[in-house]
Amino acid sequence: MTSNAAAMEPAESYLRHGRGLRSWILTFDHKRIAIMYLSAILACVLLGGVFALLLRLNLWNPSGGLVSNDVYNKLFTLHGAVMIFLFVIPGIPAALGNFVVPLQLGARDVAFPRVNLLSFWLFAGGAIFFVATLVVGGIDTGWTLYPPYSLEESRGLGILLALTGVFLLGFSSILTGVNFIATIHRMRAPGMGWFDLPLFLWALYATGIIQIVATPVLGITVALGFLERVFHLGLFMPEYGGDPVLFQHFFWFYSHPAVYIMILPAMGIVSEVVSVFSRKPIFGYRFIAMSSIAIAVIGFLVWGHHMFVSGQSAWASVIFSFLTLLVAIPSAIKTFNWLATLYKGAIVLATPMIYVLTFFAIFGVGGLTGLFLGTLATDVPLHDTYFVVAHFHFVMVGAVMTAFLAGLHYWWPKMTGRLYDERIGSVSAWVTFVGFCLTFIPQFFAGVAGMPRRYATYASQFTVHNRVSTVGAFILASGLVVALYGLVASLRSGRRAPANPWGAASLEWTAASPPVLHNFAEDPRGVRPYDYTGLRHVSDEAGWVREGAR
Amino acid sequence: MSGGGSTPYLAVQFRDMEAQTETGKLGVWLFLGSEILFFGGLFTAYSVYRANHIELFRYAHFFLDWRLGAFNTFVLLTSSLSAAWAVRCAQLGQRRGLRLTLVVTFLLAAVFLVVKYFEYSHKLHNGIAWGAACHPSAEILASLPDTARALPVPVHLGTFFSIYYLMTGLHGVHVLVGMGLFAWLLRRLPTFGPDHWGAVDGVALYWHLVDLVWIFLFPLFYLI
Repeated sequence: MTSNAAAMEPAESYLRHGRGLRSWILTFDHKRIAIMYLSAILACVLLGGVFALLLRLNLWNPSGGLVSNDVYNKLFTLHGAVMIFLFVIPGIPAALGNFVVPLQLGARDVAFPRVNLLSFWLFAGGAIFFVATLVVGGIDTGWTLYPPYSLEESRGLGILLALTGVFLLGFSSILTGVNFIATIHRMRAPGMGWFDLPLFLWALYATGIIQIVATPVLGITVALGFLERVFHLGLFMPEYGGDPVLFQHFFWFYSHPAVYIMILPAMGIVSEVVSVFSRKPIFGYRFIAMSSIAIAVIGFLVWGHHMFVSGQSAWASVIFSFLTLLVAIPSAIKTFNWLATLYKGAIVLATPMIYVLTFFAIFGVGGLTGLFLGTLATDVPLHDTYFVVAHFHFVMVGAVMTAFLAGLHYWWPKMTGRLYDERIGSVSAWVTFVGFCLTFIPQFFAGVAGMPRRYATYASQFTVHNRVSTVGAFILASGLVVALYGLVASLRSGRRAPANPWGAASLEWTAASPPVLHNFAEDPRGVRPYDYTGLRHVSDEAGWVREGAR
Repeated sequence: MSGGGSTPYLAVQFRDMEAQTETGKLGVWLFLGSEILFFGGLFTAYSVYRANHIELFRYAHFFLDWRLGAFNTFVLLTSSLSAAWAVRCAQLGQRRGLRLTLVVTFLLAAVFLVVKYFEYSHKLHNGIAWGAACHPSAEILASLPDTARALPVPVHLGTFFSIYYLMTGLHGVHVLVGMGLFAWLLRRLPTFGPDHWGAVDGVALYWHLVDLVWIFLFPLFYLI
């Protein structure tokens, strides 16, 4: 890229460069692809959220009654499947990551822009198959799709559509992982070493490893499920000589590492936000970076803890239990480094920071209750109770969604060029937190007392737990609606964002808000992403400027 | 958007052709890593069923002709040579050599699939299908060696053939995709030269993986 070619281009933001539908749906620009992902993913959250509210309403009374038991089963299946495959797995990497990765690297785009677009359309295709599942009457197998139940003839067409959808989504996820890893390896700005990478990129790098190594196993598993159902291969179905536990091994070989596909990018966002809004360099940079890689690696060796009661050997269970507890070490390393970053920091309670502070509380509880489930002896009685439901909602909803919202607010000015309203943002963060706690804390107690998951009805002694939970779910939903309102309203009435509204030091904040088509007016050199010396707040209009810079 | 001194094949996100070629190669390697795990699921299924039902695997291998497998192994290994040669031709700008090696690779892939087609159709004709649909015909049972004929037909013989069709079938699909890729390279032939050969290299790497998978499939099904 020559400087005169860049100079002749009008400094036009990526949002204005090219108009019309085609300039979006066929774009190779990582920023536009990110916006398309974001829109699609938010639509999916809405769908999954409506399912969740219907479930909670049905659980208001012990005998259910709002919907039939059959519909309830379908609702919780699609709630889980939509939220996991269409929101928590792709949410942070595909929507926020796509936008931020090249900008943080000082690159003009990801390594393979066409593959990036293909990845988006595979995602859209997968999402359409999921919706089609709904049209043909839904599935009632639970999101885990365990055979033999899921592959019986009587399940109908829905299961085949769902398996196809998962296959496409998996392919999309692999391509995103390939793209990010290649981009982080090869597209760093001159002078940017591995340990000058923002920690969000370390997190996405670790995520990419899991996407590339684990997801193909899910792909082959759902492909085999599909073929088993159509051709009766005898791999998973006992009646044809197959082994249903083999499916469980395959499924969790992907789906446990997949929870790290969900949480690692969330941890990456937390690392960025906690440092910027403490106005302090991140504490223990290398430990946080390496703990991401450690989680990615150990995460591959723990899948058997989902199968403690599936009839795997006792020895296997003991080893899986031990390995599972190992994951707590890198997770704790991260948490303590974040807390040490807060210590003596000049904490700014902007919306992203409030979300991150609630993340600490939620992730703390979610992580520690995970120890109960990873420990063989305590898992057996807790298995398939609401304790498990509460635990994974703490991690997947509480932690991942909270970090997603933190990141969305944090990078929103960069994505749209507008500042959201801080009052609306902080109200949304607190309401979401209160609603979340009310929804899921009672479920821990119900679970310990023995309430089983996945039933449309329950014993009457759990009425109070469930009613508090239902009220909480609506508070949580209203918090999210407020957040969405604040963001959307800013598009019309928000103040124009300066290049660096937060005083952050990583490279994306040196690009215009919103950035131009190929991101930077000139290819930047690498910077220290957490070095705040010399950054000065000039004015609300001009934002923060580094002294000595232009 | 081409800057001064760069070729028309340089994409905007790269600083120079070397960066583009190297990044492309890394992307292909990562994708191939993912492919190995994709096949890995099937190799695991093979191992699990072999460990649990060794008698099935002993019996079933009588139905596979190692001579056809060996012939196909030879065909694929040769095609890997011509694919590697194609990369060399592209790097040296030998366009005629590139065309020749790509055509040879394409044809060898086709030969492989033709042999596979005859194997499949012979089996299916004799009732050796997958899973519950596997009912060997009397003729093919009669053609087995004496040691095999003395044994009863295992109940779930079809599970072995499910794995056989899945693994060789998935491999076959990859061969088909490879043929498509070689055809695509032939169409883009005039663009390749000493500073633009990344695509040839990427396809060749893919082809070596396809070859490598077969190197494992051949002994697992035909020899042991």
